Amino acid sequence: MRTSSHPPYLDVLLTFARNNLVREMTFRMNFIAHGVAVTFWMGLQLFFYNLIYQHRDEIGPGSGWTRERYFVFLATVMMVNSLMQTFFVPNMKLFSELIRKGNLDFALLKPIDTQFLITFARMDWSALGNFFFGIGVLIYALIKMDYVPSVLQCVLYAIYILLGVAIFYSVVLAMATSSIWMGRNQSLDQFWFYITTFARYPLEIYTGSLGTPIRYVFTFIIPVLVVVNVPARIMAMGLREDHWPLACYTVCISLISLFLSRKLFNFALRQYRSASS
Amino acid sequence: MSAWLSMWWMIFRVSLSEKLVYRVDFMLGTLMRFLPIITHILLWTAVLAAGDGEPIGGYDRNHFVAYYLLVTISRAFSSMPGLAAGITEEIRDGAIKKYLIQPVDLIGYLLLKRIAHKLVYYLMAFLPFALIFFLGHEYFDGWPEPSILCAYGVSLLFAFCIGFFMEATLGLIGFWWLEVSSLLFIYMLITFFFSGHMFPLEILPAWLRPVFDYLPFQYLAYFPAALFLEKMDPAQMTWGLWVGGFWSVFFFLTSRIAFTLGVRRYSGFGG
Repeated sequence: MRTSSHPPYLDVLLTFARNNLVREMTFRMNFIAHGVAVTFWMGLQLFFYNLIYQHRDEIGPGSGWTRERYFVFLATVMMVNSLMQTFFVPNMKLFSELIRKGNLDFALLKPIDTQFLITFARMDWSALGNFFFGIGVLIYALIKMDYVPSVLQCVLYAIYILLGVAIFYSVVLAMATSSIWMGRNQSLDQFWFYITTFARYPLEIYTGSLGTPIRYVFTFIIPVLVVVNVPARIMAMGLREDHWPLACYTVCISLISLFLSRKLFNFALRQYRSASS
Repeated sequence: MSAWLSMWWMIFRVSLSEKLVYRVDFMLGTLMRFLPIITHILLWTAVLAAGDGEPIGGYDRNHFVAYYLLVTISRAFSSMPGLAAGITEEIRDGAIKKYLIQPVDLIGYLLLKRIAHKLVYYLMAFLPFALIFFLGHEYFDGWPEPSILCAYGVSLLFAFCIGFFMEATLGLIGFWWLEVSSLLFIYMLITFFFSGHMFPLEILPAWLRPVFDYLPFQYLAYFPAALFLEKMDPAQMTWGLWVGGFWSVFFFLTSRIAFTLGVRRYSGFGG
């Protein structure tokens, strides 16, 4: 019997979502504790920046990043990170392990796109709490600024967050894929943490002899700097003309990143040799 | 006596070679440790620039850079990657049995293993560290006097002891709760924040400072660094060292107590 030639991707996705929720609910205490821990961390971050703003009115002279605007920036960091931690980072860790143990064979044999399977098999729902915490911080900051964003701003904000996630996803996929050659990539977690560290600060701090090269590398080679900066500016500073070049660039580079990371993934799969027998 | 010594010597040697297996992974990891410092430096440069370079909490830009560099040294002594998680995993999967039936003390074994790993770490990390400190030497005002250097050495020893015994105690909680990964995550966050890893404690508001001063966490990062930078007067330094000594002994005792009580509670099957 022949049904459709495509596997039902949406059904598979929803099944993954449900199974993962069930799995996490089995260890309920851990689920709650994890959610609390992540939120606690964000609270500490807010405390830290609040501390800075007790000493200064702005981060970077003339940058426009005042306390409330910076909270919009932090809220964006939280949302992007939470989406990554919920959907993609756990999968990439798993992928790296599959390669090391030679278990990738099972994924390759399944009648579904391997990248799809590798990308969505795991979902860490407890990390999503941070997303709502981020929305809370965003609303707090906007109320404090007494600022109502336009509908267009909100739509663009959402789109650019998704584009940012796409860039992050491409980077982490490329990093995890490299395990095929390296055999082991224990530092994946660390690498990921350190690279995203750069994305967590506004572009304006990357100046001077140390900052400028970093700004170029992480805008054009590993484009993580635009991930948070572009949506955060749209929300915190409005639609300003001088922001357009970077915004257009973000659209292009996110599509290019997705395309290239998929190419790399497929190329690497052809090089994969199982580890067993 | 000699059998006893040779056993511990063997444990030490095995741990040494174990650490030498993945050398490239290790060198890369060491250099990457310095990456977050760059963003911290850039952030504080931007913050200070917004107030025309006026110091915050007594720290100008050079002090901030020196502080973050010194914190990496404190953390090289106090951080214990995988210690608590390793203990709970051995409790959960039953591997802990081997320490109970063999004449090897679990905490002693882990301590020796950790010392061996740390020694290899210092040996191999010496070059990257030397490079970074050479590049950054202009941020320092020069070497402190010998007495302060001695106190600095003692404070690093406390950093190691407090870090080790506190985390071992946490791991041994696994005898009671099988799943402690969230607890460890919270511990990591608290450590990062309260130890001064994230920022020098001088920028805290005055009313909050005592809380940080009496907690054991500042010894894991802030205390040795601030001591080296001569951020405290001699009385504060002596007092701080006493409190650090107290916490070292305190966590040594808690780890022994947790182990004794835990073993009494533990039951192993099969194998």
